Amino acid sequence: MVPTDLRYTKDHEWVRADGDQATIGITQYAADQLGDIVFVDLPEAGRSVDQFATFGVVESVKAVSDLFAPVAGEIVEANPALAGKPELVNREPYAAGWMLRVRLADPKQLDELLEPAAYDALIAEA
Amino acid sequence: MPYGPHTDADRQRMLAALGIDHVDELFADIPPALRATALDLPPPEPELELSRRLASLANRNLTDLASFLGAGVYRHWTPAAVDQILLRGEWYTAYTPYQPEVSQGTLQSIYEYQSLVAELMALDVVSASHYDGAAATAEAALMACRQTRRRRVLLSHAVHPHYRETLRTYFGHGLEVDEIPVVGDGAAGPGSVDLAALERLLAESDRPVAGVVVAQPNFYGLLEPMARIGELAHAAGALFVAVVEPVSLAVLAPPGAYGADIAAGEGQPLGIAPQFGGPYLGLLASTDALVRQIPGRLVGMTTDLDGKRAYVMTLRAREQDIRRDRAASNICTNQALLALAASVYLATIGPHGLRDVAALGAARATELEDALAAAGAPRLHPGPYLNEFAIRVPDARAVHRRLLERGVLAGLVLADVEPDDPALTDALLVCATEVTTGEEIDRFADALSAELGRAPAARARVAAEVR
Amino acid sequence: MGVVGERLQPSLFERSRPGRGDGKIPHPPRDALERIPPEARRAAGPALPELNEPEVVRHYVNLSQLNFAIDTGFYPLGSCTMKFNPKLNEWAARLPGFAFLHPLAPDEAAQGTLQLLWELERALAEIGGMQEVTLQPAAGAQGELTGILMIRAYHRSRGEGERTEVLVPDSSHGTNPATATMAGFRTITIPSAADGGVDVEAFRAALGPRTAAVMITNPSTLGLFEKRIGELLDAVHQAGALAYMDGANLNAILGRFKPGAAGFDAMHFNVHKTFSTPHGGGGPGAGPVGVGEALLPFLPSPRVLHEPDGTFRLERPGERPTSIGRLRSFVGNTGVLVRAYAYIRAHGGSGLRQVSDDAVLAANYLKHLVEGAYEIPYDRPCKHEFVASASSLHKRTGVRTLDIAKRLIDYGFHPPTIYFPLIVDEAMLIEPTETESVDTLDAFAAALIAIAGEAEADPALVTGAPHSAPVRRLDEATAARQPNLRWRPMTGAQMPCPD
Repeated sequence: MVPTDLRYTKDHEWVRADGDQATIGITQYAADQLGDIVFVDLPEAGRSVDQFATFGVVESVKAVSDLFAPVAGEIVEANPALAGKPELVNREPYAAGWMLRVRLADPKQLDELLEPAAYDALIAEA
Repeated sequence: MPYGPHTDADRQRMLAALGIDHVDELFADIPPALRATALDLPPPEPELELSRRLASLANRNLTDLASFLGAGVYRHWTPAAVDQILLRGEWYTAYTPYQPEVSQGTLQSIYEYQSLVAELMALDVVSASHYDGAAATAEAALMACRQTRRRRVLLSHAVHPHYRETLRTYFGHGLEVDEIPVVGDGAAGPGSVDLAALERLLAESDRPVAGVVVAQPNFYGLLEPMARIGELAHAAGALFVAVVEPVSLAVLAPPGAYGADIAAGEGQPLGIAPQFGGPYLGLLASTDALVRQIPGRLVGMTTDLDGKRAYVMTLRAREQDIRRDRAASNICTNQALLALAASVYLATIGPHGLRDVAALGAARATELEDALAAAGAPRLHPGPYLNEFAIRVPDARAVHRRLLERGVLAGLVLADVEPDDPALTDALLVCATEVTTGEEIDRFADALSAELGRAPAARARVAAEVR
Repeated sequence: MGVVGERLQPSLFERSRPGRGDGKIPHPPRDALERIPPEARRAAGPALPELNEPEVVRHYVNLSQLNFAIDTGFYPLGSCTMKFNPKLNEWAARLPGFAFLHPLAPDEAAQGTLQLLWELERALAEIGGMQEVTLQPAAGAQGELTGILMIRAYHRSRGEGERTEVLVPDSSHGTNPATATMAGFRTITIPSAADGGVDVEAFRAALGPRTAAVMITNPSTLGLFEKRIGELLDAVHQAGALAYMDGANLNAILGRFKPGAAGFDAMHFNVHKTFSTPHGGGGPGAGPVGVGEALLPFLPSPRVLHEPDGTFRLERPGERPTSIGRLRSFVGNTGVLVRAYAYIRAHGGSGLRQVSDDAVLAANYLKHLVEGAYEIPYDRPCKHEFVASASSLHKRTGVRTLDIAKRLIDYGFHPPTIYFPLIVDEAMLIEPTETESVDTLDAFAAALIAIAGEAEADPALVTGAPHSAPVRRLDEATAARQPNLRWRPMTGAQMPCPD
């Protein structure tokens, strides 16, 4: 079971809302599929992302994958720990391996995302 | 079939296993209308006859000349060990080291190559090789655009003309190239980068500059004020790309010492024969800050499961087979065997040997300059040079042709590569290296004296010192 | 970390001892560099290793023995055509007349090489069914760039600069989309049909007024001939686009299919595949490009010209203003092209056709031998290579294609290409070439079958492989997370500036 306090995208990102801000990362399933993650390319604070637009790239030893923003917003912070320790995404994707904190442009966008049960069903099919 | 092992019986055995009568059946999926029937080529040639044909073609080339031709490709002496190593099948018949457990030889040799070139350049990251100096220079300029997210590069007119043409070909879409002119006169000395023009080009605030590309020594053999150019580039937020000749780096300041962010160059002088154009060795190096922008393979040191030191291709996700349309470059096949040649050359000749190669070339060039000036062909530019320089010769093309008949290859007719530059109408670009002999200089100078109607002059010979 | 493997070698830098390495080069006069301005000089010499020749030779001979190579064993890397590299060709390229010829030597000093290059152009044009060939591109990928830049110039010359898309099938080599991007195009990827071939209907739907080119590998990267290639080429041309052929798999179709005659407008030749020039541990190669009539004006310069008086010369700068220009310095990787020329002359037309016949026969024979132990996802006659899949074996045993590849090393074989093409699960792309004996093919098949058995009986034996190589599997994650790309106890990077 995936954490129940999060919302998910079909592209395996998660988002955790916290007041007018939200934290974004990728799921354990995505991290496992990629294998050993070696580099995470994230945007600088201050820039804005659109919902479902690419905001960065994650690289493993032999694969590369786009990161899609589950919600739109202004970037408050990109996880500084990932520059030196990208393996945090493999180890703790829902905690220390988070990627972005954004100021939510429209909290209603959260309603467009998958509930935990729906995401569970999605990865069970894959 | 000179190299095929199959007897007719072997072929029959394979056909029988497949349950077919004729190999044609395996080609039945080619639509009949599109099938070819035969190749209209000469018949197979037995090795004995083919070897004669090849030797005869090779002999039709004139290579036994007193040559003063450089212009990007230089005659050097190569220790015999280099080619002996290269001829081992374990090196030259191996593929790209995608399976590291059975490729540690190639991988370690590339890591050592990266280390040797990084040391020469005084930079951090060295690509495992590019096609040649021109392609490496183009890739360096593209790196600068990616890193700065700017679209305009300033390219010195005194970079090798082939490199400039190549860069323009690579920049054909949406990226801009402006040439920095060379000065006809002024403080920096004719033939080198016009610093005032560079400042003006950098100051166009609506057209920010990604990179400034300057060669050291430049195409005319002259030394550029690299540290100053680097300061100007950086002040405008641009990267500084140095195009360098590797042997010169034994004695000239390396790119890392004058603030270059990227260095590109032609590795041919490091133990690689001229071969009428290649295969050569594109050198490409950068600072650590640009490691994710450098195209081409990189080898890193790591460990195996038992903790043994081992080497592997790394940062692979930059490359075309993984990143496809968003790769840093489309490069796949590179010049690995030539990188090995350069490494064996550097290892054999060593740091002191390399310095001697560069310094002896400079000494021979001094001797050549004096001899040619006495013969009536003074230097075209007054600025400092290392081992290559332009001379002014009346009716240069005709003189060059007549000297060839006398067994002297009198460098390059500059108007042949720069037909539109009036300053180069009557000029030859000549060089000397450690293999240039006093006797060859005499032949050149005497023949030139005769052509220009002067009496041959007595010359002092620079003797190599025995220590 | 230290060197602990018994066959592993310390680095060149660890072998260095100050004071070694004299005696190769005469010493220059002490004042040789006095005329160089101090600010242009290097403050301290580069800290290169100081060695002597016997040590250097041992270092590199011992290192070489850590490599697998065609000269040491069977190397069935799909899409790489690892055939025998004839020794005559190494000899030829080193003949002083070829090796020491300067690329800017006057034409009259270069007649032998120019004739060879011109004859090679003619031969490649005949093999590819093309009108003309440029020998300039340094490798296949640069050949692709040359072809796509010519196609761009063609559309622009017709006022159709709005053609900004390149279509590729999803089985294509990564170089195809990467090339399209370098040339300023957008890549559209078209899924393959169920039979592994191009989906002509899907291509038709994607073709339009924005399409500049279609890039096709034929035979495909699955080793299958594109049966509907004629239809596809018609559709491409009806849409006003041009067709580029990636010639990586030409070894299957010499004398059987001429791409230019069939309607392709451009193609590259990988001479380091089809024409046996050595791969060199990653390069060099050469990627000549053949073109049909539409692209003739745009060929890169300089071309090799045959004059009416029988002599040969290089095109001069600016002589053909429609050219796309240069892709590199000088005329091309001539030393590689000498080897390709020798290979083509040794075989002649009949021998080259036999090359493809034998390569295709060997691949089908090997496919037949391993069928059953592995899935063959596209079960029809292949060309010079075929795809096998360990998908069901993986599901049953947990053993992956990667493990099988590593276990093959213990059996004395180089692994095939793995996980390519991307559209087949747990793919192995196997290309035996025409220069391997039936005995070798039998032994390789037996090894693959034995490993499938090991996967069932003792999977750890396979997942722990290789057991006999100089090193075991590597920590690639750390290599990428904390890249160590150069030997550090040297001084260059930290050296004070001369100013």
